[in-house]
Amino acid sequence: MRYGMAIDTLKCVGCGDCVVACQTENNVPFGYCRDWITETIDGTYPKVELEFRSERCNHCENSPCVRCCPTGASHIVEGGIVVVTADKCIGCSACIESCPYDARYTHPLGHVDKCTFCHHVRDYKQTTACSAVCPTSCIYFGDLDNPKSEVSMVLKNRKFKDLAPEAGTKPQIFYLI
Amino acid sequence: MISTRRQFIKISTVGLGGAAVAASSLKLAHGTGLFGSDDDEQINDLKNKRFPTYCEVCFWKCAGWTHTNDKGEIQKILGNEKDPHCYGRLCPRGTGGLGMYQDEDRLKTPLIREEKGGKQVFREATWEEALDLIAKKFKKIKADNGAESIALLKHGTPGKHFEHLFEAFGSETVGEPAYAQCRGPREAGFAATFGSWIGSPEPTDIRDTKCLVLIGSHIGENMHNSQVQEMAQAIDNGASIITVDPRLSTAASKSKFWLPIKPATDIALLLSWMNVLIYDNLLDLDYIKDNTYGFEQLKEHVRNFTPEWAYNITNIKPGMIRKTAREMANAAPAVIIHPGRHVAWYGDDTQRERAMAILNGLLGSWGKRGGFYLKEGFKVPKYPHPKYPHPKWTWRDLAKDYPLAGMGLTQEVIRASIPEESGEHKVKAWLVVGTNIKKSIPHQELVNKAIEALDFLVVVDTMPMDIVGYADVVLPECTYLERYDGIRSATNREPSIALRMPAVPPKYNSKPGWWIAKQIGERMGLGEYFNYEDFSEVIDWQLQQIGSSLEEMQAIGVKNLPRKSGSLYFAEGEKVNLPTNSGKIELYSTELAAKGFDPMPLYTPHAEPEEGFYRLIYGRAPMHTFSRTANNPHLTDLKDKNTLWMNPKVAKLWGFETGEEVYLKNQDGVVTSFPISIRVTERIRWDAVYMIHGFGHTNKKLTRAYGKGACDTEMITNVKVDPIMGGTGMRENFVTFIKDSGKETKA
Ligand code: SF4
Repeated sequence: MRYGMAIDTLKCVGCGDCVVACQTENNVPFGYCRDWITETIDGTYPKVELEFRSERCNHCENSPCVRCCPTGASHIVEGGIVVVTADKCIGCSACIESCPYDARYTHPLGHVDKCTFCHHVRDYKQTTACSAVCPTSCIYFGDLDNPKSEVSMVLKNRKFKDLAPEAGTKPQIFYLI
Repeated sequence: MISTRRQFIKISTVGLGGAAVAASSLKLAHGTGLFGSDDDEQINDLKNKRFPTYCEVCFWKCAGWTHTNDKGEIQKILGNEKDPHCYGRLCPRGTGGLGMYQDEDRLKTPLIREEKGGKQVFREATWEEALDLIAKKFKKIKADNGAESIALLKHGTPGKHFEHLFEAFGSETVGEPAYAQCRGPREAGFAATFGSWIGSPEPTDIRDTKCLVLIGSHIGENMHNSQVQEMAQAIDNGASIITVDPRLSTAASKSKFWLPIKPATDIALLLSWMNVLIYDNLLDLDYIKDNTYGFEQLKEHVRNFTPEWAYNITNIKPGMIRKTAREMANAAPAVIIHPGRHVAWYGDDTQRERAMAILNGLLGSWGKRGGFYLKEGFKVPKYPHPKYPHPKWTWRDLAKDYPLAGMGLTQEVIRASIPEESGEHKVKAWLVVGTNIKKSIPHQELVNKAIEALDFLVVVDTMPMDIVGYADVVLPECTYLERYDGIRSATNREPSIALRMPAVPPKYNSKPGWWIAKQIGERMGLGEYFNYEDFSEVIDWQLQQIGSSLEEMQAIGVKNLPRKSGSLYFAEGEKVNLPTNSGKIELYSTELAAKGFDPMPLYTPHAEPEEGFYRLIYGRAPMHTFSRTANNPHLTDLKDKNTLWMNPKVAKLWGFETGEEVYLKNQDGVVTSFPISIRVTERIRWDAVYMIHGFGHTNKKLTRAYGKGACDTEMITNVKVDPIMGGTGMRENFVTFIKDSGKETKA
């Protein structure tokens, strides 16, 4: 069991619904976010390419944030999900420094916070708030180890890339291109 | 009520301390989510409730569920999976709709304008007092000038309650920016061709289309929910998208063909497409013979409008024009030349829409899978009330110069409110509900003059929008999450109805729109028109008539009903039978000819920017609706101001960089109230600049929105009125950049 996402950049319109749905599902305080939208533009008018990406913690298999956490607050749970136990976190922000994706922030209450793949609903929902809300259905979430899962299927059939491969973190979020 | 000039009041006295404010975000952050926090113990905590609603953040009206936690606080809003407007997925604005409820800048209690020491201020008032005053003033104005002299300017669901009130006291003097400032031209243009309006949601069969053609329409930036969802499905299905836009819109970036057209020349391109389709023999002539009227005239009409001719005008290469025409013909009839939504651009908009409709007619997409489906709606029975009186004159009289005007023209209501403009000064008072006409109506000088000339102005809103500052009486409406409203019933593939009910009681001292209308009505002696204690009685009665009930709808939220009008598409070979004069698709419009207009569209050149000026184009961002969401804390997190898109060539010429702030000055010397920061980007042509509509709020009480970005409406002083239906074309305005406005800059 290894949770991951494939996000279709050909469909994403960069609306930010994933960001708001995450905020309301996970009580992310105003002014903070666990996921966000990146827009990249390439070329010169009128030969211009545009790509939107919904980004978040990559739940890396080789996660520098977990390795550098002095208290074990950052750890990996079932399905390869990287989580932070707020009570154990001392807010040293070493993990924030170590993350090549800038996926973590310090919550106003002092602990570090980030995407959990909506771990809290996993017992009865095989989805995440961002994936469930996306108007273009561009976020495929599921078990990468199961070849029959939707996410595995799209990754099998489509071209994709991951972010910052040079960091060697083995991210679990893939962008369909 | 106050004889001196109507000063803008910055609502300095708002803020009854009384009512509790929403739990602070810090408290919320401790995890009271529907499924508990990330803390394992709270998983499966499903003691929460959900209440059906349909969204009021835009006009798409997606049905959803408002979830409350065990403390009865609103936690989140999710889409209703049965709803054909959203299929269980709200857009960012709908998901963030609870920000409207949480916003601590909300209007909290009724306000009455009064004069204190020579200064006009708002004083907090009780509902009794405010409603009594409105009834007294309305009765007096009615006695002196007739009920017709009281006008209703409205948008959205609450407008319906006030429409009922107005018709009950004898006024059909109404204006809605949704028509003349927005989609009116397409309704007129498509009606002249197919006999009926497009309506909302648009009956475009995008999910099954093979080719979607967007003329400046920026689906994906306008977040019309199910339509965006279907565009994504079309992308999955490998449909080709052709986008015509001087800007690399989001949709353009997903298109097989992006035609970066010179602004204001669309009609030339559309005519040349007709030329190619006809003269390159790309059409099904049997279909055309059986189903259209005026093909020979059209053929003659477009003879000289070759791609070479169009190239000189549009900058689109002839080869590309031919190639895209073929792409459409190959997909036909599963092709959509999309009518768009906000289409009041250049004053010949009905004719541009006609050209788009004609292309659909030629390609046979009307009533075809992957083209336009045959929509069906559901008529909710009317709750009984006495007959409305007959007004002596209505909005139709004010719109008499525009023969195809199909709804009240806001700008004509405004004009009729200004003595020197109308000659008659027929309109004396306004009730404005759900529309911030300081941002939705171009030519603000006229709006200001009208406001000054009014005897009385009532504004009903949830937020201290710009227009609120000009009111004599301000009535705080509660948000859609706190009230009942009329049953939603829209046309779609299958008819459906949806219920909106309160999830929580109204916060502060705010009240539902239906209650406000009823209270005013009763005070005007119209109690028999409001024969219920609570609006839920009306809804229950209506639902009972159709074999449902309030109880049932409270449990399910949305009910999809079977079609009664037959198939979703015309059968193969079935001849169309349309409500046009000829019964056919009118390539040559008999109606326009009879009214003295060009029966077939023509290209006319529009003004171009002078040196140092750039055409101002505006549009939407997916996380905002008009100016109404600019203060919503969830949505300001995503975007809290607009920027000015500028081609790098232009930026270089001026020595500007991204992030630099400038004021805009238009061709008439009008300068924006606030500066806007520049975004240098390859996504826009060099002869135009682009900004998102709805920013640059002037009311300081909008603490997140005040002074953020600039207001495009301020720059729209040159209005090109469509002679056919009265649309207000807004894109013939040009701006230049100044570093110092000469005004006080923002605080
Ligand atoms: S499209 Fe978005 S804002 Fe409009 S009604 Fe639907 S959810 Fe609400």
